[in-house]
Amino acid sequence: MSDTIPVLELRKVDKSFGPIDVLHEISLKVNKGEVLCLLGDNGAGKSTLIMNLCGVQQPTRGDILMDGEKVSFQGPKDAADRGIATVHQFGGTFPLMSIGRSFFVGVEPTKGWGPFKIYDRKRANEIAVKAVQDFGITRIDDGDRLVGGLSGGERQSLAIARAVHFGARVLILDEPTAALGVKQAAHVLRIVNEAKRRGLAVIFITHQVMHAMAVGDHFAVLIRGAVAADFKRGDKTREEITDLMAGGETMADLEANIAGYMETHDGHPPTIVA
Amino acid sequence: MKILGSFLRRPEAGAILSLLAVIAFYVFFGGVHLERLVKAASWVNFAANLGVVAIPVGLLMIGGEIDISIGAMIPAGSMTTAILSGYYGLPIEVGMLGALSIGVLVGLVNGLLAVRTAVPSLIITLGTLVGMQGVVLSGSVLLTGNTSVSLEAPYWAKFMFGQLMGGTHQVIILWWIAFALIFAFVLHKSRFGNWIYAMGGDKKSARNAGIPTERLTIILFILSATSASFVGMCQAILFNSAQVSGGMSYIFNTIVSVVVGGVLLTGGFGSVLGFFIGTLTFAIVSQGIYFTNIDRNWSNLIIGTMLLLAVAMNETFRILALGYPAVKKKEVRA
Repeated sequence: MSDTIPVLELRKVDKSFGPIDVLHEISLKVNKGEVLCLLGDNGAGKSTLIMNLCGVQQPTRGDILMDGEKVSFQGPKDAADRGIATVHQFGGTFPLMSIGRSFFVGVEPTKGWGPFKIYDRKRANEIAVKAVQDFGITRIDDGDRLVGGLSGGERQSLAIARAVHFGARVLILDEPTAALGVKQAAHVLRIVNEAKRRGLAVIFITHQVMHAMAVGDHFAVLIRGAVAADFKRGDKTREEITDLMAGGETMADLEANIAGYMETHDGHPPTIVA
Repeated sequence: MKILGSFLRRPEAGAILSLLAVIAFYVFFGGVHLERLVKAASWVNFAANLGVVAIPVGLLMIGGEIDISIGAMIPAGSMTTAILSGYYGLPIEVGMLGALSIGVLVGLVNGLLAVRTAVPSLIITLGTLVGMQGVVLSGSVLLTGNTSVSLEAPYWAKFMFGQLMGGTHQVIILWWIAFALIFAFVLHKSRFGNWIYAMGGDKKSARNAGIPTERLTIILFILSATSASFVGMCQAILFNSAQVSGGMSYIFNTIVSVVVGGVLLTGGFGSVLGFFIGTLTFAIVSQGIYFTNIDRNWSNLIIGTMLLLAVAMNETFRILALGYPAVKKKEVRA
């Protein structure tokens, strides 16, 4: 894959807020039909990185490249127009709107002419339902249903289907599985695989190593705003990745500590002292 | 059963049930004379004046904002018309244009402040409410030396804006119906309406989706302030005079009407039909009580109770709306 031009690439991207460096020399790339998993504990700089990728913020230094060409996003709309779609944790954001209406927010299909152009509810519903069903969510069959009535996984799927329908080439998924149960999460992971199969470049942000390993081709671990590790699928085990994310202190050490404590304290785990 | 289910899921369900409940209450406990109530003009006139303001305020609330400056914009509209065309004797067109312009201007100020500052719109419009009261009072005293100005409108203006149809029903009733139809089209059928819902549901996502949320907010504020000055203008033409006081009761009356009509205070939900029926219900409670043998001093208690019941109902229906009809067939998972 090294000879193909990455769809999206970061070269030594820095982001500082005044004297505070939040991101430090981040270099990443993601290819067509590939899932890049961005792992990191809370506060590692994942959210700041997303905001730079989707145009909400601009990097202080460094370059963002799309298809090998330097780009600078003027805002979220600009990034979206270039094919970068971001889906946030809770997916569908308009809980009291119908599936059809929320699918087409801002780009509503209309019929009629002049001042009497009306929102084409039937067409919007049909397209939205078809787009979601193509992703394997066959339970959604009525475009008039309110988004708030869908399950968390269905909302994520709807948001991803929407992004793909409107021509996204890079899909940024911000902790899509964090708030979901096991079944729902598996659902979303299937959708991620489907997006990948369709040739999208996916950036999957998570701190759940299991979920990352299920879909990822490429992994990057973020610690305190820097890329601490960058490796391919199969290069590292789950334990190694978890240890990396925790910042060096190995999970095994921690477990050994707790086990040792329990042996000497009648099987009670240590009390947490805040 | 299915029809009932989908009826209850609509935003205006609470308003329709409130209306029926109020009428039932008046019939069973008030011994209301229904025929006299239906033929009476008082509550219809009251509803129309209120309704013209309530619809754009409701739209604003769907969009996640609120406007209470309308309380000052009604006297501002009537005084501007009366001062320009009555005191200075300018053609009525000038007075009308002046009244509508002052609505546009104050709405623009409200809107700009709402999008440029982080101050909640309740506080912004509270500021312009009190401010405009001052402007209207001192402006009137400075220019005319009086707090009440008389106006003689020509026939056509009377016919259009201040006619009593059949000697009892104000012509603004027709304006109210026209407003309701236009706004219903805009909110439920046009793209613009979808943007208002999206903006009230989640402003940030709406902006990211490319909706011009700032421009939309400003337009909505202009609509509400201008509709209030329009009502003031119609009142000045109808009554042949204008006073600096009055209009304050409209603030809470519009809010009660649209809330009974099913709007969600945090935005993103509501319908024009709901606002229309909510206004009607409010008018029947407060004016219809004269046609019952209930002491009219109780009317506010009824309004308060109705408001709470309607909101409770609306909450329940909204939860229902989020769920899915249970009667729907179970889909076999692929």
